[in-house]
Amino acid sequence: MSSLGIVMLVHTALDRAEQVARHWTAAGCPVVIHVDSKVAEKTYSNFVASCADNPLISFSERHTCDWGRWGIVAASQSASEQMLENFPDVRHVFLSSGACLPLRPVQELIDYLSDRPRVDFIESATTADVSWTIGGLDHERFTLRFPFSWRNQRKLFDAYVKLQRATGMRRRIPDGLTPHMGSQWWCLTRQTLSAILQDPRRKIYDRYFRHVWIPDESYFQTLARLYSTHIESRSLTLSKFDYQGRPHIFYDDHLQLLRRSDCFVARKIWPRAEKLYQSFLANQTSAMRPAEPNPGKIDRVFSKAVERRTHGRDGLYMQSRFPRHGSENGLTAAGYSVFQGFSDLFEEFETWLETATNTRVHGRLFAPSRAEFAQGETITNGALSDSATLRDYNPKAFLSNLIWNTRGQRQCFQFGPQDTQDINWFLARDKNAQISVITGAWAIPLFRSNMNFADIRCEAARLQQIESKQLEVLSSVWTKARVRSWTLAEFIEAPMEPLQTILDEIAPQTARHLTEAPLMVDLAGFGQFLQNLKNQGMHPQLMGDFPVDDVFGTRTKPFRKPYLVQ
Amino acid sequence: MRLRRKRRLVRCVKRRRELKPVSTNTAAIRPDDVLLMSVVRNEKIRLPFFLEYYRKLGVNHFLFVDNDSGDGSLEFLRTQPDVSVWQTKTSYKKAGFGLDWSNYLLRNYAHGHWVLTVDPDEFFIYPFCDTRPISALTDWLDSCAVRSFGTMLIDMYPEGPVDDEPYHEGQDPFEITRWFDAGNYMISKNPEYKNLWIQGGPRARVFFQDNPSKAPALNKIPLVKWDRRYVYISSTHSLLPRGLNQVYDEWGGEKTSGALLHAKLINTLGEKAREEMQRNQHYRGSGEYKAYAKQLEEQPVFRCDWSEQYINWRQLEILGLMSKGNWA
Repeated sequence: MSSLGIVMLVHTALDRAEQVARHWTAAGCPVVIHVDSKVAEKTYSNFVASCADNPLISFSERHTCDWGRWGIVAASQSASEQMLENFPDVRHVFLSSGACLPLRPVQELIDYLSDRPRVDFIESATTADVSWTIGGLDHERFTLRFPFSWRNQRKLFDAYVKLQRATGMRRRIPDGLTPHMGSQWWCLTRQTLSAILQDPRRKIYDRYFRHVWIPDESYFQTLARLYSTHIESRSLTLSKFDYQGRPHIFYDDHLQLLRRSDCFVARKIWPRAEKLYQSFLANQTSAMRPAEPNPGKIDRVFSKAVERRTHGRDGLYMQSRFPRHGSENGLTAAGYSVFQGFSDLFEEFETWLETATNTRVHGRLFAPSRAEFAQGETITNGALSDSATLRDYNPKAFLSNLIWNTRGQRQCFQFGPQDTQDINWFLARDKNAQISVITGAWAIPLFRSNMNFADIRCEAARLQQIESKQLEVLSSVWTKARVRSWTLAEFIEAPMEPLQTILDEIAPQTARHLTEAPLMVDLAGFGQFLQNLKNQGMHPQLMGDFPVDDVFGTRTKPFRKPYLVQ
Repeated sequence: MRLRRKRRLVRCVKRRRELKPVSTNTAAIRPDDVLLMSVVRNEKIRLPFFLEYYRKLGVNHFLFVDNDSGDGSLEFLRTQPDVSVWQTKTSYKKAGFGLDWSNYLLRNYAHGHWVLTVDPDEFFIYPFCDTRPISALTDWLDSCAVRSFGTMLIDMYPEGPVDDEPYHEGQDPFEITRWFDAGNYMISKNPEYKNLWIQGGPRARVFFQDNPSKAPALNKIPLVKWDRRYVYISSTHSLLPRGLNQVYDEWGGEKTSGALLHAKLINTLGEKAREEMQRNQHYRGSGEYKAYAKQLEEQPVFRCDWSEQYINWRQLEILGLMSKGNWA
């Protein structure tokens, strides 16, 4: 007769429960099974009959087990009592469920416990120390009443909690108890367990815990603190929970993960995970040396899943992730840079930028005719087309797709008032956008163009209006993008400093001083050009102050190198 | 909305006489079975692989409506033991593009079951589909109290023009159509039914680049724990009650989702397009098929330098075309 007894709470997949029970008894461990009284009488009697040939399997008095209610505790109590009474050799009682699966040979667990004859393995922490409670109820579990089911009577449940909070109704916690919580699955010594079950004040405790919320996570956890001489506050059962407090389920493809965990028992196992049941219930060769349970690897897999469900991948829009306005956690997947006016002011700015920063530099992605991808591509990563119609049909999707598809390589593109403007708010709200604007630079191509002056005037007025509106957006309180803007006059006064700042931010790892400056276009006569516009009634404001006498054109001003320490 | 749903229900029940049972093995359906519902017309060539694929996933019973096939589809289906098939010779268009028929059969046979509603050229992919049967997914959805499962239709295409490599009966169509577009999908929310409206992919890129609003919808909700009060209202794009369309997370997280690999772009497309144009039985006056027929004459090639070659579901999950969510 073994010193380890198994109490098993079962409500579905009875065939699997039987299989596991037989596995325990094969190693000499007696098993007491509690079957939920919601299971039909006929199914139950068939189950009892099929286990009848095994003297080590017995069945306890049945209770109705609803999640979060007292029934589960009552079931554990009566099954444990039966275990302690009928099997006097049992020193440790292990509480498990029908969906638990022993991962290591039973003998290893028996030996492990024999080495620690006085230790109670029960996760038990005070309410202040746990972070995993669902629904924000931690200490209130013990001071409010919960007569309604959370699963089936949610509205009543919530209303009653609210009412009690509002009226200040509180329950008194029985003297001597300090509420503790922890995993429902424990392994207690005979001494501790019998002290709990035979306590003269048990009636008082039971009455109190009957209306505590989720008593199966607190009844034994609290009372064990009264009697145990040595509590190991951890569960021997590997059990992972998702963000709503539901246990994760193990499938065949978790086989290797479970093997490597060195845990004694895992739950919940999918009842049809044939491979898991086959491999773990077969005669296993024991490990070379006794290993401590190490659930770390499994932890990572499952906490990643929780992270994915609650936070998701930034900048991804898909059939199961479509965040509402404001809940995106980053509108795009990665940082990118928008340059406005730079390619008007500098010759071959894109080529220069690409060499200087080692990023991918596109032309005007939002040009009216087509999206000017880098290297003149007509289609780019993710089979994103350069068609203006497709792009303008959903510009947000266009940009977020581009950034998503090119994860790992920073993207830069040119923008300006000549382009379609529907993307402005998106750019402004995106914390990943680095937007640098030289205001009024759009006048340079007009200045150098061969258009009639009347047309130039109209166009200048149009562009100025568009850019003013855009600047309003960029300076709004909702703007999260990193926006920098200079007037054209300001910028050409000292172009290297702003360029260095922008580049440092784009590629901090390659922080080096700019050696080669981009070539500025010839602005001789630009001041006069602006004056001509003014004379014709169109007042260009966004460029800043340009003297009419053409200081910039005539003066061949060498660039001052920034940060030059001598 | 309730009225709309009721009207749909009444409509589908009215049309029940159009369906003539040919082979009904529905008595064999057990309570936990996963079912599959499909309306077919002249798809004989696709059916053997289709059945094989879904049997392997763990679908237990198939419900088919055969809309006046002349190619032996019906004869093939009636010999299958796990298939129930109904025949109808009436108009596909008048039956709400076949929805009335499937809604009726779903109402009668799928109540309380998880059921996949797919076309014969759609192949369901979900996280871990290579290691876990479909019942693992539905059990898990049950335990999370989730009633519907969202997917996106991914158009698969061949290396060259669609006519280049003919498809043989029983063949895996993805041996031919191995390529897909990874990142050019456009999503908006349909405020009326709260479903997402996804467009894009190769068909939008090649056929509809001048008129993207007409590009076909790619959002699909094919897997539902059916209740007799539910109805599909527009293909499998949306359902009523509207709560079933909420297959996406709106607070930044990712729900678990899958994909439907679409093997439409094979050599049978041209023939189909010509036939559908004459019948004029498809959505929006078969506009989609008109576009195909016209443009297919130019022998378009969908494959481009940035096309992805299909490997497995993990690839799709990394590309962001589906998600494991919190199923691990």
